[in-house]
Amino acid sequence: MTWVNDVIQGILLGGYYGIIACGLALMFGVMRIINLAHGDIAVLGAYLIYLLLEHWNVSPLIGLLPVLPVMLLLGYLLQRLVLQRSLRSGLLTPLLATFGLSIVIQNVLEQTFSPDVRSLGQDTGSLVTAAWKINSEISISALSALIFGAAVLIFAGVQLFLSRTNAGRRMRATAEDPDTAELVGIDSRSVYAWATAVAVAIATVGGLALALRSSFFPYSGPDQLIFAFEAVVIGGLGSSLWGALLGGIVLGVAQTVGAQINPEYSILAGHIVFLVVLVSPRGGLLTLRSARGARRAVPTVTT
Amino acid sequence: MNAARAEQSAEPQLVIEQLTLRHGLLEAVRGVSLTVREGETIALVGANGAGKTTLLRGIAGAHRASAGTITFDGVDVTKLPGHRRVGMGIALVPEGRRLFANLTVEENLSVAVQRRRPGRWTVDSVIEAFPMLQPLRAQRAATLSGGEQQATAIGRALISNPRLLLLDEVSLGLAPVAVEAVYSSLKSVIGEGSTVLLVDQDITRAATIADRIICMLEGRFVLEGARDELTREQITEAYFGLHRSAGVGA
Amino acid sequence: MTASEASPTPALAGARIQRWTPLSAGFTSGFGVLIVALAFVPVVMGASVVQDLTSLLTLVLMAVMWNALAGYAGLVSVGLQAYIGLGAYATVWFALHGVDPYVAMLLATLFCAVVSIPLSFIVLRFRGAQFAIGTWVLAEAIGIFVSFDNQLGAGTGTSLIQLYTYSPTHREHYTYWLTLALTAFFVIAVFLLLRSRLGASLQAIRDDEGAASSVGVRVVAGKRILFILASAGCGAAGAMTLANILFIEPTSIFSVNYSAFMIFMVLVGGLGTFEGPIIGAIILYFIQQQFGNDGTSYLIGLGATAIAFALFIPRGIWGLVEERTGLRFMPVGYRVRRHAPDSGGDP
Repeated sequence: MTWVNDVIQGILLGGYYGIIACGLALMFGVMRIINLAHGDIAVLGAYLIYLLLEHWNVSPLIGLLPVLPVMLLLGYLLQRLVLQRSLRSGLLTPLLATFGLSIVIQNVLEQTFSPDVRSLGQDTGSLVTAAWKINSEISISALSALIFGAAVLIFAGVQLFLSRTNAGRRMRATAEDPDTAELVGIDSRSVYAWATAVAVAIATVGGLALALRSSFFPYSGPDQLIFAFEAVVIGGLGSSLWGALLGGIVLGVAQTVGAQINPEYSILAGHIVFLVVLVSPRGGLLTLRSARGARRAVPTVTT
Repeated sequence: MNAARAEQSAEPQLVIEQLTLRHGLLEAVRGVSLTVREGETIALVGANGAGKTTLLRGIAGAHRASAGTITFDGVDVTKLPGHRRVGMGIALVPEGRRLFANLTVEENLSVAVQRRRPGRWTVDSVIEAFPMLQPLRAQRAATLSGGEQQATAIGRALISNPRLLLLDEVSLGLAPVAVEAVYSSLKSVIGEGSTVLLVDQDITRAATIADRIICMLEGRFVLEGARDELTREQITEAYFGLHRSAGVGA
Repeated sequence: MTASEASPTPALAGARIQRWTPLSAGFTSGFGVLIVALAFVPVVMGASVVQDLTSLLTLVLMAVMWNALAGYAGLVSVGLQAYIGLGAYATVWFALHGVDPYVAMLLATLFCAVVSIPLSFIVLRFRGAQFAIGTWVLAEAIGIFVSFDNQLGAGTGTSLIQLYTYSPTHREHYTYWLTLALTAFFVIAVFLLLRSRLGASLQAIRDDEGAASSVGVRVVAGKRILFILASAGCGAAGAMTLANILFIEPTSIFSVNYSAFMIFMVLVGGLGTFEGPIIGAIILYFIQQQFGNDGTSYLIGLGATAIAFALFIPRGIWGLVEERTGLRFMPVGYRVRRHAPDSGGDP
């Protein structure tokens, strides 16, 4: 029966992975940029919320509210000032630019906040310890459920935005063909900037989730980045956005089941599942490889 | 010619001076100059690789100019990005239609709405003008036939209520029946007083609606004249570069 | 319509295809002299210089290998640290089984080459983002596997204690010479590869894979050779790193930071050029020497430099130089020389 509990915990963990994967998938789907600083941005968000807690005693969940617009602006500026330029010179330069950004963020965080490991879980009161006991072996913590619920809301929100709003349609059009989008009056740079802004904001929610359920320190970013990648790829790189959540759930389950076998195997199990999916004919849960084994050239942000 | 057009036709609508457009190091359009009056219909012909598509893209803002200027309604738009030119009234129906494959017909039309100018064309009036699209509103553009895609593409350009409409190879890959339909709908658009710059492989067809014909070869204009003035022989020679007659605007 | 004749146009009549220019011939022989000169460094210079140069050469090796994969095969790898780690740990393993440590390093390099062959069949199915992420995760997985092995020190790490049978001076010298030899070997290997027929096809692959394939270039075979070479080279770099720092542990020797440094060196120096990675390695080396002790400030500077290059000098330093002057020190390309008297000479 503990296996059932593991799977359930894994699914809930998948909610967290889904959140950090969502922003990554959005940026990749719209702009074909792999943001190597994505994990670090999430951690930055966590530190900003921590700052509010430290100086003004603001509870982390409340603290998210003022931090979100700040991060939205940061993301918008990041795209317009840094990433947009690097897009011009091919696909490698955004890699270098975001790698540089990642290093800068990590080290600025260390200089500002010290390398201590922190957690915000204890400052949310009963939320962290509350749990529903279903039976002797299965229990669901309120925090995990909250994070999973947030993940579903975020994905649904982004999906609705993309399929039902005019701005969302313009984003999908630009993702498919930025050149033609300009020809029909869409400001592609503005679209890209908004995509990055939203991705950064979602990453911030992910950062808070990390800070609440676990711990963080200035160099936590790259690990979260890898999990986000794995979730996106397991779900299918060219599939709809929900693939990232599905991939996150599979990753979460793989890790918790792996931990059952041996706690040291947890993260490795995730890597193995990732590699197996990558190599498999389908290439992802929600995608289909073309005959030659190459993925569909343009990952679409579809409905 | 109605009174409004008579007023406007004093100043040329589009003035291109010594425009040069490059693909990397290769000059696709070399120092081209052109003046277009409002309401004119110009057919731009020439063999593949002559520079016609690049020129249209340059006017629409999809291709940055290496040299020269483009002036529209007296405003220098050379450095203006494409989406702003749409707002000024320039719209391009690109070669190969280039619809957004994963968006529906309705969505393809509505994404163009953001920068539309005031005028009679809306998503609904476009669908009215192309009735074949009515049952296809919710269908993904990738699943449409060539003719349906072309209609959608033209409609998408019309939504912005352009004053200068650029059409690149609208008959390419279409069955003759579809080409007929496209051209007859074009005639009604032109009847409204828009300026049209039209590129088509089918010289005969393009000539039927054009006031002026320009022939391009290797990035330059090699022949230019009113439709009635030019003979078939002249056009054919210019098209193939046989005589390299002193072209206008080279 | 007149038919055109089949004679060459006047512009190309009498042209010669030339591979060597006086400058590149001079430089290549200079390169040979440099290697010989470098071999004498331990005799002339003190221990710290020898150690520094060993580190520099290792950086050059890594940069050249990463560039071989990304610049010539178009494969951006974020996982070459897998072979750095494997090269180091294989050295330990061979040494534990009685092999002389320096021979173990050579065997470890070979081991990495061999291991990369089956891995290439999996990994070369991908391109672009999948390749980058896939290689990274593979490296992480391999690192975790290695950390399970108690004989190899598990999570706490291990050292090449067999090296202590040598005196410190001898150890530094032998390590230096082996590093010099391996770096020179792999750099020359890349050079020869680029000058061969394979080299031309590789550059064709990089420029346009589809077109290359359509004229018969065996795309995957070309990529595989580069992949094996880069893996072996990084294996050598890993063995050399072990020899230089003496103690390794899984998290650091399999760290993605190696890839980060490789990306930095190659993109700052000039991707896809022969000279670029070498320049990038020298730059990184100096930055590390100057600022390495400043801790986080140094790293912030490094990151900011990377961003600046990405935005303003995307072709890297050598790319810029090449663009402006057409200079090529190493003759890996072709030049058309005209005999017409008014032709501009090549530098």
